[in-house]
Amino acid sequence: MRLSSRAAVLVVAALLLSATAITSAAAEDDNPYLPVAGGNFRSALPADGRPLHVPGFLLQRHPVTNAEFLAFLAGHPEWRRDAVPVVLADRGYLSHWLGPLEPGAASAAQPVTRISWFAAEAYCEAQQARLPRWYEWEFAAAASGTTRDARGDAAWRQQVLDWYSRPGGGRLQPVGGGPANYYGLHDLHGLVWEWVQDFNSLLPADADPEKFCGSGAQNLQQKDNYAVLMRIAMLGSLHGADTGHSLGFRCARDAGGRP
Amino acid sequence: MKYIGSWSAGMGAIVLATTASALLAARALADPADPIQGDFGPPQGEPIHAVLGVPPNVPPPIHRNYPAKVIVELEVRELEKEISEGVSYTFWTFGGTVPGSFIRVRQGDTVEFHLKNHPDNKMPHNIDLHGVTGPGGGAASSFTAPGHESQFTFKALNQGIYVYHCATAPVGMHVGNGMYGLLLVEPPEGMKPVDHEYYVMQGDFYTVGKYREHGHQDFDMQKAIDERPTYVLFNGSEGALVGEHSLRAKVGETVRLYVGNGGPNLVSSFHVIGAIFSRVRYEGGVHEQENVQTTLIPSGGAAIVEFHLAVPGSYVLVDHSIFRAFNKGALALLKAEGPENRAVYSGKEVDSVYLGDKAANLEPVSQARAAAAAGTLTKEQQIKAGESRFTGTCSVCHQSNGQGLAGVFPPLAGSDFLMADKQRAIGIVLNGLHGPVTVNGNKFDSVMPPMSQLNDDELANILTFVRNSWGNSGEAVSAEEVTKLRESTKRPEGAAQ
Repeated sequence: MRLSSRAAVLVVAALLLSATAITSAAAEDDNPYLPVAGGNFRSALPADGRPLHVPGFLLQRHPVTNAEFLAFLAGHPEWRRDAVPVVLADRGYLSHWLGPLEPGAASAAQPVTRISWFAAEAYCEAQQARLPRWYEWEFAAAASGTTRDARGDAAWRQQVLDWYSRPGGGRLQPVGGGPANYYGLHDLHGLVWEWVQDFNSLLPADADPEKFCGSGAQNLQQKDNYAVLMRIAMLGSLHGADTGHSLGFRCARDAGGRP
Repeated sequence: MKYIGSWSAGMGAIVLATTASALLAARALADPADPIQGDFGPPQGEPIHAVLGVPPNVPPPIHRNYPAKVIVELEVRELEKEISEGVSYTFWTFGGTVPGSFIRVRQGDTVEFHLKNHPDNKMPHNIDLHGVTGPGGGAASSFTAPGHESQFTFKALNQGIYVYHCATAPVGMHVGNGMYGLLLVEPPEGMKPVDHEYYVMQGDFYTVGKYREHGHQDFDMQKAIDERPTYVLFNGSEGALVGEHSLRAKVGETVRLYVGNGGPNLVSSFHVIGAIFSRVRYEGGVHEQENVQTTLIPSGGAAIVEFHLAVPGSYVLVDHSIFRAFNKGALALLKAEGPENRAVYSGKEVDSVYLGDKAANLEPVSQARAAAAAGTLTKEQQIKAGESRFTGTCSVCHQSNGQGLAGVFPPLAGSDFLMADKQRAIGIVLNGLHGPVTVNGNKFDSVMPPMSQLNDDELANILTFVRNSWGNSGEAVSAEEVTKLRESTKRPEGAAQ
């Protein structure tokens, strides 16, 4: 029931997207797509724990900002908060902005948050891009400043984990504040949650997403990688129209430059 | 056969294989028309909005003789609060407190549960109530993203005291950050009345910094996995149940504690120093044990303990795995006020000095006494004699280096409080002191007994010694000054005059 209603919503979204797939590549210089060389990777998912191959891809340097999203809205008024249907974005959508086209106290350089999955996907498609897939995000986020896979480094892991030890609700820092990682990417940790394209299908088909948390210990590898487990739990709790104070996104492309 | 309800479906098939009578019984159990134990029928009357208890308080007893629909609204907040003095920590809470709000319903009630995840929160959360019969104890139905609310309904079939907790991955971190509380399902006839009911819950906490290291402390995953807690606490903070926040009762009263253990790791050896539990509903079940000194409370478990207060004083709640009480904070106080009952407990009858291996060299004392009689007593002789007496009497608390014990006994070495007022210092040694004082910027709130059993020469020598040791420098205290103060002040009842 859950899936079918979601599918219906997706159809609506697809119609909207195809109608508005005129791109503005304006903000691209400010938030370039950086190459992430692919490789074999042990994910916290799936349960069988076998390494998988993540093909090379491109990922935006930092999360999309208020300024970038405002520029997008100029060309795509159907995604303004006073125009978007509630099935595609809940009541919290951009609710922290002063007006539909006025970020107000939300500064230009802060990551845009309170964005639904549908809106994030629409933004990326307008850039001839897409949201990253979970494995891509996890692969890129495994890197520290000096190594591609720092997940075994207890000190680095604790540093990542510290973000979760601070209450949310405070003012978000501007993007790019954190150090660049191995690929030159910023803020994969320590700033906001990020949507991924396949957020609602991270678990095996027989695992009801609602039960995910309770059965988390069975479904997950790397049970001491709490930061990633919390990302998965967070994504698992979401529906496509949901928005959140700390929930933003960035876009990705295939290595060939295509979405 | 108390829990027939939960047996009927799953266990039926296994029971079938045994005997004919068991077969009949199993059939009876599997019959959907057969009432489930603890189910007293559909809810009656208007829905009731549950009053939740803010720890250490519990909601008032239920005086109701019918099953009702009870609406519980619980809000999850992620909050930065003090875990110890000068140490802050981000707690994840049910209702803004650690432990979470106390929920009280009656057996047979239908509970409509609303779990709200505040929009400012970072994390998704859910709730697993151990008092719920059903997969995940509600967890599967209550997984909630920030800024959302979930609703589910259950019937409270079994009476007892039950832990609830968050079960979102990684579960240990959610629990370790304080996400637990208690649900009391009262029996149909209600709980036996007592004078006080309180809510206490133990938890272990894991911070990157050491115990009492100041500033904001982050969660330490490795310590949690290794089960090496930095803090073991009652009600989520070292200061939660001491000083002005102590639990209160009067002599002659009976106190009931609902004691939970949220864990996430440790099992509690729950003990109240100076009390014997007249009754314990151990493991939160329906059976009672009597005359219990220490009761084991598993992680994710709870007990109901009762005790009677026969004499006044401070009763200390501890985890009797005692390093946790002394070095990790597992300590709470219950203060009982009222008249003494010396037939039950005498208080201290003898307080004589037992020198043991601290046996002091009494030679300087003799010399000082002779010099005083001859009228030739010097400050140096006083200091030497004072040191001998200090070693036998004062160093037990203030330590032989005059440093005292942090938070308990004030230092004398470099003490601004001691040196500021000579007359006050004489008065304190003579008449004792209790109540709060600030010494070198640190607050103390303990009791020093009067030392009036020592004579004026001895007191003058001790005071001269402490005022001229460990960096202190001041004029001598004379026996005449002590005599004068002894004549002009009153000592507490029972002290030597």
